[in-house]
Amino acid sequence: MARWTPRRTRALAVKTGFSIYYVLFIVFIFGPMIAMFALSFQGRRGGTSFPMRGFSTYWWEKLLEPSSIGDLQGALARSLILALVVMVITALFSTMLAMAFRQKFRGSNLLFYTVMLGLMVPGVLLSLGLATLMRQIGIPPAWWSSGLGVHVVWTLPFGFLVMMAVFNRFDSRLEEAARDMGAGEWTVFREITLPLILPGIVAAGLFGFTLSYDEFARTTLLSGEYNTLPLDINASMTQRIRPTLFALGTASTLFSLCLIGLFIVVYTILYRRSR
Amino acid sequence: MLQTAPPHAKRHHGGLIGDQPAPPPQDVVRLKKGKRDQTIHPGWLVAPASIWLIVFLVVPLAGIVVFSFWTPVRGGMTPDFTFINFGNFFRQDGFFDPEHRNFLKLSIFITTLWTTFRFTVTVMVVCLIIGYPIAFFLAMQVKNFKWQLALFLVAMVPFWTSYLIRAVAWLPMLGRRGLFNKMLMNLGVIDKPSSFFLYSEFGYTMALAQLYVVLCVGPIFFSLAKINKDILEAARDMGASNFQVFREIILPLSLPGVAIGMIFLFVMLMGEFATAVVVYGGKTSTTGTVILNYYATANYPFAAVNAIMLMLAMMIGVFFILRVVDIRKEL
Repeated sequence: MARWTPRRTRALAVKTGFSIYYVLFIVFIFGPMIAMFALSFQGRRGGTSFPMRGFSTYWWEKLLEPSSIGDLQGALARSLILALVVMVITALFSTMLAMAFRQKFRGSNLLFYTVMLGLMVPGVLLSLGLATLMRQIGIPPAWWSSGLGVHVVWTLPFGFLVMMAVFNRFDSRLEEAARDMGAGEWTVFREITLPLILPGIVAAGLFGFTLSYDEFARTTLLSGEYNTLPLDINASMTQRIRPTLFALGTASTLFSLCLIGLFIVVYTILYRRSR
Repeated sequence: MLQTAPPHAKRHHGGLIGDQPAPPPQDVVRLKKGKRDQTIHPGWLVAPASIWLIVFLVVPLAGIVVFSFWTPVRGGMTPDFTFINFGNFFRQDGFFDPEHRNFLKLSIFITTLWTTFRFTVTVMVVCLIIGYPIAFFLAMQVKNFKWQLALFLVAMVPFWTSYLIRAVAWLPMLGRRGLFNKMLMNLGVIDKPSSFFLYSEFGYTMALAQLYVVLCVGPIFFSLAKINKDILEAARDMGASNFQVFREIILPLSLPGVAIGMIFLFVMLMGEFATAVVVYGGKTSTTGTVILNYYATANYPFAAVNAIMLMLAMMIGVFFILRVVDIRKEL
């Protein structure tokens, strides 16, 4: 059927060109990270750039020693706890907000733009404002109070947009039908609404988790005396840069990738079930 | 009441088999009204998030505005109203003195803001040039939906990894003994390692573009994917060349996505400060680093003034982007 007409040949050439460009793009955005992965296995006497002087897990071992870079394990634990709490709050708040936005209410426009403001305000500004304010009042900042506060401000718009999209495609007639059959509001929510929007809630929560786990700018002035992981990484960068930092970067990236993989699996299962 | 009964009321009690038409809108509204007393008032649903946003977003931002008018004192500030911080932002010694070398020279804070802005715009242009073809390829050239999604997700992966780490990852690439120098030397372009890359404008721009390009690929991809392919087919049938189809149809329809992506990049890059330290070696400062420095030296009012100027610059930028494309009309 398919004949090699000039037009078809040209379309194929264009497509091939774009494909090559896409591969180059992937190399561009992943290349530096791959170089970092390789260098984390630098030999004991090697430096922070190529060539590799042998192959060793020396820098990885140094990473696990408690004294090498600050309080790494503690920072990781704090970051994970914070990300989990942010995840729950983001999922909860964005679901509640999106439910409320199904009808028009007074001040809904103002609220919408305030939520979006959290996306638009640079982290430094938020950090500065809240840190100065707390200093003036005399409350010491801490990662679990002020840190948590600004993280949710940052993640909420993402979760909110996800939930708005979910409710835009939501078929309200299902709820009407349940109500007509005499179900109470709570029953309707639990039996009809919740199962249908659950994938969305999970997605909103995941946005919350990953964004909080990586957040640096908003926590700079607000984490108090204990660091979160990105702050700890930043602190170790101001010292002399050694391949340990690459090992740490590799570990952190692999961890993020595992999380994405896990989330995609959970999401797919939930999405299939809700169909 | 009986006389005004809607003509389609009869259909409502039609057969139970087959596709039922959706109930007429009037009936739905009336039904909802009867039940609405039971539903939760939206006020309760939005209250927790609203309070959270007020405490952690609105009040801190208002605080910045207020503090910028306070008087800095040693190790802090006092609530005495003053314009001196704003004055210090613009003025420097000898600005009005024709004999002084600073005569009519802009203050360091204005030039820093200008540098920040210049880098931001450069990186935005680079990201657009790199990112648009990618979005175009994914949305227009990849026909299979599964492939489209997979390739898109692969391109999005860096967005989910730590941004500091990605900045660090540039160090082995850019340094004097870095990969770029190695490559160029092997190719015979240069014969000795150049320090052109690390801690240079070029390296900084590259690193920023790599860090942020996915943020503009996403929105452009979504706006391109929404375009109805039949329109393009129709245009081709009427004899439009590929380039004409792109210029007359695809490009205008993708502008909202471009604008959203550019706004994203603009606000993030203007507030950027960590990459400047890592990849640029702190050689230049962005307004973000200035703010943090003044916070560290406990001159909070002056940090606040810089923050306000940054916010003003951002508002102006976003305003201009919105002037070019009216996003709200498109959403």
